[in-house]
Amino acid sequence: MSFIEIRDVKFRYPQTERDALDGVSLNIKKGEYVSVIGHNGSGKSTLARLMNGLLLPTKGEVVVDGFSTAEKQSLFEIRKRVGVVFQNPDNQLIASIVEDDIAFGPENLGVPRKEIGERIDFALKAVGMEEYRKSTPTRLSGGQKQRIAIAGVLAIRPEMLVLDESTAMLDPKGRKEVTSVVEKLNRENGMTVLTITHYMDEVCRADRVIVLSDGKIVMEGTPEEIFSREEELKKYELDVPVPTLIADKLRAGGMALGRIYDKERLGEKLCGSLRKI
Amino acid sequence: MRIVAENLSHIYSPKSKFAVAALKDVSLTVEEGEFFGIIGHTGSGKSTFVQHLNGLLKADKGTKTLRVGEFDLLDKKCDFKKLRSRVGMVFQYPEYQLFADTVAEDIAFALKNFRPECSAEEVARLVRDALETVGLDYAEVKDKSPFDLSGGQKRRVAIAGVIVARPEILVLDEPVAGLDPKGKREFFELLHKLHKSFVKTVIIISHDMDNVAEHCTRVAVFDGGRVISVAPPKELFCDADRLISLGLDVPVTGYLAAELSKNGVNIDTDFTVEDFTNKVLEKWRGREES
Repeated sequence: MSFIEIRDVKFRYPQTERDALDGVSLNIKKGEYVSVIGHNGSGKSTLARLMNGLLLPTKGEVVVDGFSTAEKQSLFEIRKRVGVVFQNPDNQLIASIVEDDIAFGPENLGVPRKEIGERIDFALKAVGMEEYRKSTPTRLSGGQKQRIAIAGVLAIRPEMLVLDESTAMLDPKGRKEVTSVVEKLNRENGMTVLTITHYMDEVCRADRVIVLSDGKIVMEGTPEEIFSREEELKKYELDVPVPTLIADKLRAGGMALGRIYDKERLGEKLCGSLRKI
Repeated sequence: MRIVAENLSHIYSPKSKFAVAALKDVSLTVEEGEFFGIIGHTGSGKSTFVQHLNGLLKADKGTKTLRVGEFDLLDKKCDFKKLRSRVGMVFQYPEYQLFADTVAEDIAFALKNFRPECSAEEVARLVRDALETVGLDYAEVKDKSPFDLSGGQKRRVAIAGVIVARPEILVLDEPVAGLDPKGKREFFELLHKLHKSFVKTVIIISHDMDNVAEHCTRVAVFDGGRVISVAPPKELFCDADRLISLGLDVPVTGYLAAELSKNGVNIDTDFTVEDFTNKVLEKWRGREES
């Protein structure tokens, strides 16, 4: 059964003349890892904000674990289930000590004090930041801050994590930290994940990729399927990952390489073709 | 204008318990005409360094030389206003710095400050030029609020607000972060276009090694407030393991070349995708024939 059902949703921001989302339908299963890509202004972030009722559809319906975001009294239940992490870590941390920041969510849910302590332990461990429990968030690096933002969401014990370009402002090391935490949560804890990103290499980790363009879903498939359709991606103002680009050029030059989208596999293939016997 | 820094040092919050030595004895020369890259992980001193180039930050006492062309930045009488009109600075997420009611006013702001003698017609002409250079239609956007534009357009307006003063040196801190792939590609096309006209030197801070390999003539690596190497991409990316140990990435071409080299296949490449694929194909054809 689907964990989230988005049924023919339209959304238009006030005082605009165009639908930001124009008839989007999407089901996400429990435990699935879905990535959404699309050019700037394609509707990706709007889609993320519909997932837990931060925005409500102008038309259509969003149902989370049986609760419709249209019903005001359900929003509390929905937001316990779906946590969103945004782009800028500095805008998401509110307390002056890491553990207070993480406690903010469960405190608002009325979780007993003892359990809050346990949830902080769990959340910090999940993001690999146990030693920073008493630290000041402003003194952490971008990647560390973003992991604390994720921990703050995890302390609510959501079933789904939505990451809206959460790695865009991080350096490569910070990006790796965050993506490996998210991958681990998905693999080991069965967390449902939806990521929105411009980094094509992050998309390769997903079970399913959704391509949005001008508010519509225009492509859908596994990373292999999506990245084998380069011409179509170009039409939607997107690129294939660099390894795919290299593999395509080499294939055009006559080398027998399959469709490749990650650098590790391309490396193995190249070594196989060029190694001296 | 040539940029020369010798033993450049900078300490944030000196004399407090939070004092941080952000730059330690940095010596670096950037020649006129370069497309210069600066890489390093967060907190390595990259942004601190570039903010010295137009006097936004002042060098500490121990600094031996800091010159940009004829400007001696260590001299108290240095004309910083004039310097800033010739060294344009584009910060991270420059669209957050838009402030005026209309696009035209926002872009004209630099001229008001740097060239107050400009007539209204002259200002309008320069604003039009700047907008057209960044690929926006003057008539269409000039009277719009900058806040009503899309993310990519906002960033273009912000850049127009810097290049309208026709700086000779353009410094950009992570200019393509948050842009979609097409936006990135177009942005680099714009930079090369500027580099061929009045902008003589481009200095770009970037985490994206594929971009650095593709575009930069030379690259400085910052680590812990020091410059630990300056080299063209061709030399820099040969040592993939070292860069990774510094918390940095290598371009995909660098990764592949390193893997091949471990298997006894050496590819002599400048690490652009074009050159790398050509060299691999050459090797492969050579092998097929033999």
